[in-house]
Order: sequence, then structure tokens, then C-alpha cells
Amino acid sequence: MKTLNTMNKTSKNNFITYGIVLAIFIFCAVYIETDMATFLFKGLMVPICVNVILAVSLNLTVGILGELSLGHAGFMCVGAFAGSFFSMMTQETLTSVWIRFPLAFIIGGLSAAFIGLLVGIPVLRLRGDYLAIVTLAFCEIIKNIMNNLYIAKDINGLHFAIGVGAYNEIEFDAASKQVLINGAMGITGTPNDSNYFWGFALIFITLIVILNLVNSRTGRAIMSIRDNRIAAESVGINITKHKLIAFVISAFFAGVAGVLYSHNLSSVIATKFDYNYSILVLVFVVLGGIGSMRGSVIAAIILTALPEFLRDIGNLSDYRMLIYAILLIAMMLINNNDYLHQMTQGVLGKFRLGKKSKKNEQEGVS
Amino acid sequence: MAMLEVRDLEVNYGAINAIKKISFDVNEGEVIALIGANGAGKTTTLHTITGLLKAKGGSVKFEGKELLKTPPHKIVEMGMAHVPEGRRIFQQLSVYKNLTMGAFIRKDKAGIEETLAKVYEKFPRLEERKKQIAGTLSGGEQQMLAMGRALMSNPKIVVMDEPSMGLSPLFVGEVFKIIEEIKASGTTVLLVEQNAKKALEIADRAYVLETGKIVLSGDAKDLMNDDSVKKAYLGE
Ligand SMILES: Nc1ncnc2c1ncn2[C@@H]1O[C@H](COP(=O)(O)OP(=O)(O)OP(=O)(O)O)[C@@H](O)[C@H]1O
Ligand SMILES: [Mg+2]
Repeated sequence: MKTLNTMNKTSKNNFITYGIVLAIFIFCAVYIETDMATFLFKGLMVPICVNVILAVSLNLTVGILGELSLGHAGFMCVGAFAGSFFSMMTQETLTSVWIRFPLAFIIGGLSAAFIGLLVGIPVLRLRGDYLAIVTLAFCEIIKNIMNNLYIAKDINGLHFAIGVGAYNEIEFDAASKQVLINGAMGITGTPNDSNYFWGFALIFITLIVILNLVNSRTGRAIMSIRDNRIAAESVGINITKHKLIAFVISAFFAGVAGVLYSHNLSSVIATKFDYNYSILVLVFVVLGGIGSMRGSVIAAIILTALPEFLRDIGNLSDYRMLIYAILLIAMMLINNNDYLHQMTQGVLGKFRLGKKSKKNEQEGVS
Repeated sequence: MAMLEVRDLEVNYGAINAIKKISFDVNEGEVIALIGANGAGKTTTLHTITGLLKAKGGSVKFEGKELLKTPPHKIVEMGMAHVPEGRRIFQQLSVYKNLTMGAFIRKDKAGIEETLAKVYEKFPRLEERKKQIAGTLSGGEQQMLAMGRALMSNPKIVVMDEPSMGLSPLFVGEVFKIIEEIKASGTTVLLVEQNAKKALEIADRAYVLETGKIVLSGDAKDLMNDDSVKKAYLGE
């Protein structure tokens, strides 16, 4: 009886999250398809979806696992390049976007997950907050490798080089030479497959996977490590394994977000995936509420869209960053102020949502 | 062969030699007390047995299997439950969920329900408060919860680290009564205690640990009458 009750509450709570995303999707679809949307609005759709996926996936590491990661953009970078590379290689053979694009997501995601595993295995075995510093360094390393990576093909096959010197030494068959990854110039010519439809589909997949994970036995084990490591060990939870599961899944979806991102632009350069981007995603997570997936979705949407819309409002544009900063502070206060929190809970309670979200918050899920 | 055999166990913290070649046995069905002053190395010993710390040398055999190279979660699966020092419960979870977390390694739903019923029988307070968030329990109730949670894995042996620490005399009495019940139900207990008087009252045998060495051992009743124990640990 008791389990049934709590299960209903969590799944209801999850359905509210899905519902919010669905409502936003329907609104956007109607707005865009009826040609009412501005150029800016349409252009923002994919970046918003990318950031939502990044925020939700980072929240798995930060909120559910309780480890700080400062290199989420690095995993995104791996996914972006791997996915783009795949799409460029198969553009001619796999002409159907319905096959090619999902494959690109899987390849981008798996590449990022694999790198996540390589980073995670040595670091997550340790006690203490080493993950933050290692992911920070990892993000810089990946950025620099990608910045110096050259891949080109000709009739003799693929040629790889690290550094422009090594690249210039390769002798190409000039007639059939095609540059795929061009060092600091990045990757150019990725098919522009991304659109808001794919974006929202991926948000749904990300939410379904992560929310189901959180509410599973594995998810409870992951959260118990966060809550009390020694207690978790004493009840027989395999700490390293569960930490790795959370971290690798988090990296996977960062990679997927990278694929969505790179298939939205005509060219992608590695320097985009820097420390600042990782911190931006962390800001979404913190402001949306650590451990709250719904909060991450909302924070990522607002904080991605707002600066762009402010830019558009004629005489307000001078104060764009000021307004943005004030909003950041306001969100922080609302999130951390008990009184305001109770007030919003009270308002929510009128819609019979309050209790549920409050209860789940105590358990670290929503 | 004893259920748990510790031989020449050595544990270091960096250059500090915290445990200096100790050996002891726990036989099936016994309550064994490990007593000693602050910093004697009791927690260090328990953590090494349950796999939370790496040993420098020696061996720990549980039912003939070496534990020193076994990861902690495997040790729990082998039938050893650990009640850690300082009431390590899951603060944000309800009492009920804390208890079900204790059965994490088990998959037999019916068996878990059965054990839960037994735990509620032993700890009626926990049943009364099953929906309460564990962090809001009183210190004594949290200790009960930590003990109840350990029993949820249906262990062959429970190792407990200072279960009476910081409790009122009433709760201390209750904790020791429950340890006796655990023994009566056939589960072996390795008990670490500073409350030597109470521990010796319920234990079958005991070992006295002083700065990483076992200085005395024997029947609990004999140790209670030992002059040096009386002076150092019983305050007589
Ligand atoms: N992580 C650590 N690093 C260095 N020294 C440690 C560490 N943990 C414990 N020690 C030292 O090892 C010795 C034994 O500590 P331990 O915690 O095992 O004692 P104890 O018998 O459990 O004491 P208490 O009754 O106070 O809990 C102490 O001198 C302590 O300072
Ligand atoms: Mg201790």
C-alpha cells in the first residue's frame, strides 16, 4: 500500500514535468508552423533544446550523484565532433535523415559515454572531490585536441593528423581530397538536420531515461551514496559501479546534446566547448534547483532565451546583462529563501501540487 | 573453525601504525565484545573487517573466505552487516525507506517483508514512526534505525560500532536488550563498545584493545572481575 502510494506520487510528479515540456512543445509548434514566430524565435529553438538536455544530464551528476563536474562541455564536444564526423562520412550513402540522424545521436552519445568511462574509472574510485578538477582539466584537454585535429579523406582513404605541421606533411590526392575536420577551423559541412522537432524528441528521451533511472533501484542506490557514503557501503551498495553508471549516462546525454548542437550549425569549432559553457550549464542546474529535473528544464529555457529576447527589445538592450544578472539573483533568492519557498509552495498547494513537490524535494527527486 | 578469524591484522594510516598485528576469533552464535578507550583502534578494526579500509598485512577470514581482498558490497552479500559508528542513516529518507535500503542486496520480496515484520517487532518505535523522515528522529531512535537497517539484510553476523554512544541510560538499556535478542535469534554479534560494563554483561567473550594491540582477552565474566579491567574500564 505504502509503496504504491509513493510510487504514484513520483510518477505523477514526473508526468507534470513531461506535461510542461509537451505544452511548451505544442506552443512552439503552433507558433512556428503558423508562421507567427520571428526569425529569432525559430533560431533559438535548437540552442534551447541543447541546453535543456545539457542541464538535465548534468543534474544527474550534480544533483543525484552529488559530484561536481566542471567539464560537461567537454563531453558535448566529443559528441558534437563524433556525430558530425559520422554524418559527413555517411551523407551520401545514408540519404534518409530518419536513419542517419538517430545513428549520429547514438554514435555521438556513445563516444561521449566512452570518454566519460575513461575519465570516471580512475576518478570515481577515489574518495573526495577530485571529479571537479579532473573534469575541468579534461574539458581543456579535449578542446585542445579537437583544436589541433585534422581529418581528411581522398581516394586512398582517411588521413589523421594532430597539429598543422603533421597535417601539411600528408601527401593528398588533390582531385579527391575532402577535408572533414580542419583543426582550429573545426568541422564544416555537417548536414543541417537539427530542428525543434528533433530537439523536443530528445528532451523527452533524456527525461524519460533519467527520471526512470532516478526512481529505480539503481537510482536509489546512487542517491544513497550522495546522502551518506558509509551508510551506503554498509548496506552493500557497490559505490564505484553506481557512481560510474550515473556519470556515464550523464556524459552520454551531453554527447547527444553535442550532436544536436553541431547539426544545427554550418561549422563547429572546438573553442565553443570551453569552461564558460560548462559553467553556464552548471548555472542552469543550480538555479533550477539541484536534483530537480523540472527546475533544470525551466532554468535552461529561461536563461537561454532571455538574453536573446532582451537584445531584441530596442532601448532595453543596453541593460541586457544587467537584467540578466538581476534575474539570476532573483532566481537564486527564490530557490534558497525559505519564506519565498514556502510561499511558492503555498501557491502551488492551491493547485494540489505543493505537497508532492515538497515531499519529493526531501528525497531529492522531482 | 571460527566463523570470523582475524590473524595478525595490521592497519596503517600513512606512517601511523594504528593496528599492530591483532588476532581474535568470533564463533558462530557468540556475542564478542571489543572494548578499549578512545583512539584504541576499535573503529579501524571494524572498518578493515567490513572492507571500508585497506589492511597492511594479516588476514581476516569469514567462513573460510578471505575478506581483505573482498569489496565491501560483496562482504555484505556474504552475510556480514555493519552498524557504523555515529548513526549513519539516510537522513532524507523515511524510516521505512531506510529499512528497505538495508535489504538492498536482497531480491526475495516475500523474504524482505518477513524480515521487515520481524524488525518492526523488535523495534516497535520504528513501526510507529515508519513514515517519519529519519533525520528528524531522536538520537536513540536513529540508533535503533541503524540497527534495524543492518538486520534487514538478514545477516549471519552483525558488527556494531558503539551503539550506545551518546544515549540516555534508558536507551542504552534498550540497545543492549536488543543485542541480546539478536543473539537469541541466532545471529552472531561483534560489538565494539566503550561502555565496558554493559558490553561485558551481555558478551560471551571479550578482547581489550589498547593503542592498536590486544592486551587482554577471555570470558566476559572473568574480565569483569579482572583488576586491571576494573580499574581502567569499569571505573571501580
Ligand atoms: N583517517 C585517519 N587518518 C589518520 N589517523 C586516523 C584516521 N582514523 C583514525 N586514525 C587514528 O587511528 C587511531 C585509532 O582510531 P579509531 O577510530 O580506530 O579509534 P576508536 O578505538 O574507534 O576510538 P573511539 O572510541 O574514539 O571511536 C587513532 O589514534 C586515530 O587518531
Ligand atoms: Mg570508534
